[in-house]
Amino acid sequence: MNLDFTVVPRMTDLLLWGVMWTVILSVLSMVFSLVLGAVFAVVRLSSYRLLRWPVQAISWVFMGTPLLLQLYVVYFGLAELGLNLNAFTAGVIALSLHFAVYNADIIRAGIQSIDTGQYQAARSLGVSHLQAMRKVVVPQALANVTPALGNMMIALLKESALVSAIGVMELTLSAQRAISQTFRPFEFYLAAAALYYALNLVLQQALRLIERRAALTR
Amino acid sequence: MQRVWIFFAQASLTTIKISGLAILLGLCLGFIAALSSLSRLTVVRWPARAYVSVFRGTPALIQLFLLYFGGLQLGLEMSPIQAGIIGLGINIGAYMTESIRGAIIAVDKGQTEAGRCLGLSRAQTMARVILPQAARLMVRPLGVNSVALIKGSAIVSTISVTELTYTAHRFISSTYKPFEMFILAAIFYLIIITLFMRLVQWIDTRVALKE
Repeated sequence: MNLDFTVVPRMTDLLLWGVMWTVILSVLSMVFSLVLGAVFAVVRLSSYRLLRWPVQAISWVFMGTPLLLQLYVVYFGLAELGLNLNAFTAGVIALSLHFAVYNADIIRAGIQSIDTGQYQAARSLGVSHLQAMRKVVVPQALANVTPALGNMMIALLKESALVSAIGVMELTLSAQRAISQTFRPFEFYLAAAALYYALNLVLQQALRLIERRAALTR
Repeated sequence: MQRVWIFFAQASLTTIKISGLAILLGLCLGFIAALSSLSRLTVVRWPARAYVSVFRGTPALIQLFLLYFGGLQLGLEMSPIQAGIIGLGINIGAYMTESIRGAIIAVDKGQTEAGRCLGLSRAQTMARVILPQAARLMVRPLGVNSVALIKGSAIVSTISVTELTYTAHRFISSTYKPFEMFILAAIFYLIIITLFMRLVQWIDTRVALKE
């Protein structure tokens, strides 16, 4: 066996730099994907077909094609059309859009799963439509969909590794840099895998806290 | 431009081939791991749990690089296609384990008890009573896993397997038209995924009819 794990600590700074950018990139994309997902969900539930149709088309395209390809289109494709984004921005945009579509589906299903009696009861008590949605329907829906949205956030963290393909210096690319200096792919990819696993555990723990909070508001 | 279409069509066959084989590998691993994770023996249960946790807890891209580049370093030489199929298959297997396990658990406990009361062994109860009923419940989740795998197969382009995404890349370096080429690849993916979802729906209705 040609293995030497002592090379890994020598690259600690590089790897930690990668972890930091993976966290920044993922958290930004998570926030945008949730906000955008909520907007998409509301639009798809609206009664205006002209609004609904484009969002439906977007979700069909984004669910039917690979994230890697979407990243390439946003980064290389848009540059051809004259829109030059830096790799980090392109990565955040692609990740946010991709996961927004999935989040929208989850949020929409959550809102639809709330018994219409809840809404009707609120309305008959003299509450306006917006308030009935905001104070009655949405809080219950959010409590129901928190676990599913959490799974999406975990997926996002892992899929963020793909942005290394357009040259964003996050964890995967920093492992690749370390490999090009040391020629030790096994050690560094294993180290990167362990760091992703650790990030994942932290995220899961955070999600558990949020889920507990969400369940209490029920 | 006509030549481009032909190359893209060939590349989509490669995408379909890699995905199909990876799905088969994933199903085999998924069944084995799902059954072992439901075992009474900790020694059998533990490796299955570890497999699911590790492969669902790390990015598929890293797993693929570890297998292909790390494998080379350890003297495990594989062609990019082989590494792609094995890497994707092992990864999706972990997700399929959860789908299969979920379907088995969802079958009413009374069914197991009834089977055991009628004198069937544990293995017989699983094979003749539980699995046929669970099969119905696992079609949809396994279909979702497989669609994710077909899309995820784009990552094997990074180890230079000439599938759809890689082919798009290759034509960009000769035509300098990234937008057109990536959109063309996207159209092929949309066709493959849409057809595959139809297939899953068809299987689902067929299996559900037996009820």
